[in-house]
Amino acid sequence: MSRHLSVDVAIIGGGLVGSSTALALRGMGFDVALLDKGFCGAQASGVNYGGVRRQGRPVEQLPLSQRAHAVWPRLRALIGIDGEFLRSGHLKLARNEADMAALEAYASETAEHGLDLELIGHNGLRERFGWIGEGVVGASFCPGDGHANPRLVSTGFAAAARRAGVEVLENTPVRGVSRRSEGFALEAGEGLSLGARFVINCAGAWAGAFAESFGEPVPLSRIYPSMVVTEPMDAVMSVNIGMEGGGIYARQVERGNCVVGGERGLPLADPDFSRPRGEGALSIMNSAAALFPGLRHAQAIRFWSGTEGAMPDRNPVIGPSLTTPGLFHAFGFTGAGFQIAPGVGEVIAELVRDGATTTPIEAFSIGRFSALPSARTHHGSAAGQNQEPQQTGETRP
Amino acid sequence: MTDRPQPLIVGAGPAGIRAAQSLVEAGLRPLVVDEAPACGGQIYRQRLVPDERSSRDLYGSEAVKAERLHRHFAALAGHVDYWPQTLLWNLRDGRADIMAEGQSRQVSYDGLVLATGATDRILPIPGWTLPGVFTLGGAQIALKSQGCAIGSKVVFLGSGPLLYLVAWQYLKAGVAVAAVLDTAPFSAKLNLLRGLPLFPAVVLRGMRMTAELKLAGVALHYGVGNVRVLGAERVEGIAWGDASRERQLACDGLGYGLALRSETQLADLAGCRFCFDARDRAFLPERDAAGRTSVEGVYLAGDGAGIAGADAAELAGERAALALLQDRGLPHDMARARALEAELARIGRFRDVLEAAFPFPARWATMIADETTLCRCEEVRAGEVRGAIASFGVHELNRLKAVSRVGMGRCQGRICGAATAELLAHETGRGIEAVGRLRSQAPVKPIPLTLALDTHQEAAE
Repeated sequence: MSRHLSVDVAIIGGGLVGSSTALALRGMGFDVALLDKGFCGAQASGVNYGGVRRQGRPVEQLPLSQRAHAVWPRLRALIGIDGEFLRSGHLKLARNEADMAALEAYASETAEHGLDLELIGHNGLRERFGWIGEGVVGASFCPGDGHANPRLVSTGFAAAARRAGVEVLENTPVRGVSRRSEGFALEAGEGLSLGARFVINCAGAWAGAFAESFGEPVPLSRIYPSMVVTEPMDAVMSVNIGMEGGGIYARQVERGNCVVGGERGLPLADPDFSRPRGEGALSIMNSAAALFPGLRHAQAIRFWSGTEGAMPDRNPVIGPSLTTPGLFHAFGFTGAGFQIAPGVGEVIAELVRDGATTTPIEAFSIGRFSALPSARTHHGSAAGQNQEPQQTGETRP
Repeated sequence: MTDRPQPLIVGAGPAGIRAAQSLVEAGLRPLVVDEAPACGGQIYRQRLVPDERSSRDLYGSEAVKAERLHRHFAALAGHVDYWPQTLLWNLRDGRADIMAEGQSRQVSYDGLVLATGATDRILPIPGWTLPGVFTLGGAQIALKSQGCAIGSKVVFLGSGPLLYLVAWQYLKAGVAVAAVLDTAPFSAKLNLLRGLPLFPAVVLRGMRMTAELKLAGVALHYGVGNVRVLGAERVEGIAWGDASRERQLACDGLGYGLALRSETQLADLAGCRFCFDARDRAFLPERDAAGRTSVEGVYLAGDGAGIAGADAAELAGERAALALLQDRGLPHDMARARALEAELARIGRFRDVLEAAFPFPARWATMIADETTLCRCEEVRAGEVRGAIASFGVHELNRLKAVSRVGMGRCQGRICGAATAELLAHETGRGIEAVGRLRSQAPVKPIPLTLALDTHQEAAE
């Protein structure tokens, strides 16, 4: 059963970056194929915490993050649903004076970027966010940030791309991709071959093998953020909560369930899937109950985790390949890709169309790893053995 | 065996008790955890407080089996560790997270027997979430365990042997049974004749119960469809049949169920491979005739591995224990194991007969109205699910869960999962086996956010 497809752009990975890139490119008139080894939006894009947050990002991410910020309120026009996006504000808590000083430093460092951060002292917190318990000395509030439902947004972008005429190919793993004199040749799924002028590598935790096959090894590891959700509760928290220096993060959805993240899970026997550790989940739960007295009597009804690609410097790889014309990378978002993904989609589409983008992305160049001595993908402490092959040229991951 | 952790048995029903007994006889000391306050499982559930009822009143023709099982488990005291009112809420990497006495403990085990049993299979109908509607199993437990009836004038609806058994038990307890509404046509019951040579006593007992219901004036209706539960605040009656010839009956309690479904979450968390079972119309953990799963050291016994009933559960519990002993290099009776397997196979053939006599209402998915609640935990109506299937273009159960919230709530799809699979298969024109199964997540049942890890316990182990 063989089939050939000829497109302008082949996108490897149907997560939020891939599907938003596909939608943007289709809007520019390109013929696009979006390929996923499983279901679009079923991995990190669809099972993440759902924070739509600029606050706390490294300053070099902020122009891109601001670009994405403009996309979120337009979701209904763009993909037909609002994805339960709520501009609730994001409140980052400080548990001690040192953390508060770090929040202050961040606010002044990012003052030029339009986050409109507001520093709040202990008394102000008591007054405005009385539902937060003891042990917090202050906070930084970003009123324009919020949260959304990743399950709907990620699947919604892929569905919108399909409606717009993108060839969405699920359960179609890309088995090989190679540069030809004219564009690229891909083999995927059962007997599918594709020809494409451009290839986008946005395969998330699975992107490393594709980059490496074009001579661009990256230190991509895997992380498995753990989430806990409560039964529906009366309104407890009005904003998306984070913590300086790590810890838990929490939000309450409109239906009343509180989603609390933190800790790291572990992969299953099939390392593409993961689940939280029991003691990790208990730790998240108890931290949440301690921080939010209104949750003390709540029940936890479900845990989950997902497989996310992570970079050692916590910045993603975004931009053109430095070895292969027509190839672009966008992966390694290190647990912070949800908010900026729609912006990344626009940027990659611009790169394909114009060869350049108006948004500064130099900091994310894959070139920052070109000094790496070894062509090894290395794995997170929790990742165990990874089965990605170490080949060059025509790869069969 | 000294420094190996003890085997862990989940469930103290017929399968779990027999497994425990066999392991003790071989010199092992298993840990038995069970959610109920006393042993017996659902079928042989014990009353919460003593009352004047006899075992015969509680368990009918099965009283001897019930008493024997309770007695045998009591005799294991001192040779097993038994934690009642205990929830095993997570399994990972050979360790169990167990909630007991308000704290969570991590327990290592060497050999795991999952005897998790079954719950009622439900397909939503209009009004099914009204107060006064119970599952057949729930109606039976109210009577058995607490001496309560679910109403003063009760209707029983659905399919499966339990339909007639519970109606008969209510009748014997002196409750007014208004009607038994069987979703299968009468002709299906003729299949029971094929079961006569296999298990004559069981078939004849069923016939006798049906006859006694009839003699007592209980209306029996067959081929019942288009059912609506009537009532505003609670159940006031039931209506069925085509609009032109609709029939109605007043009642204040309804017992409803369409046979049983296996409780498979723990097998999933343990990493067992699943395959589709046509008879149960469900994905079940794979197991061999002895109860071995695809995961070394994990065994299945009883209805949790496919519906076969209490007698089969006792046999399967013993058989799984023998497999565990064999795999551990301990003496075990292979002749006994073969005899158990032969008897289990015979019960399996009888199960085929029962399935033909009490068939699943396969046309349900074509009938469910858009405004009927499909997922009661997340309050999602059938129409919203149909909309999600169409607008997101999903055709796999976990994707449907992701975009519709069906199966995401407190029960994690244990109540609505079967119905959702039927609806998804129908809407996408696929076979029920092609839409997949909901992946299980811990905790298998809700746990308090303040649940603390008993680290002292962990250190002691």
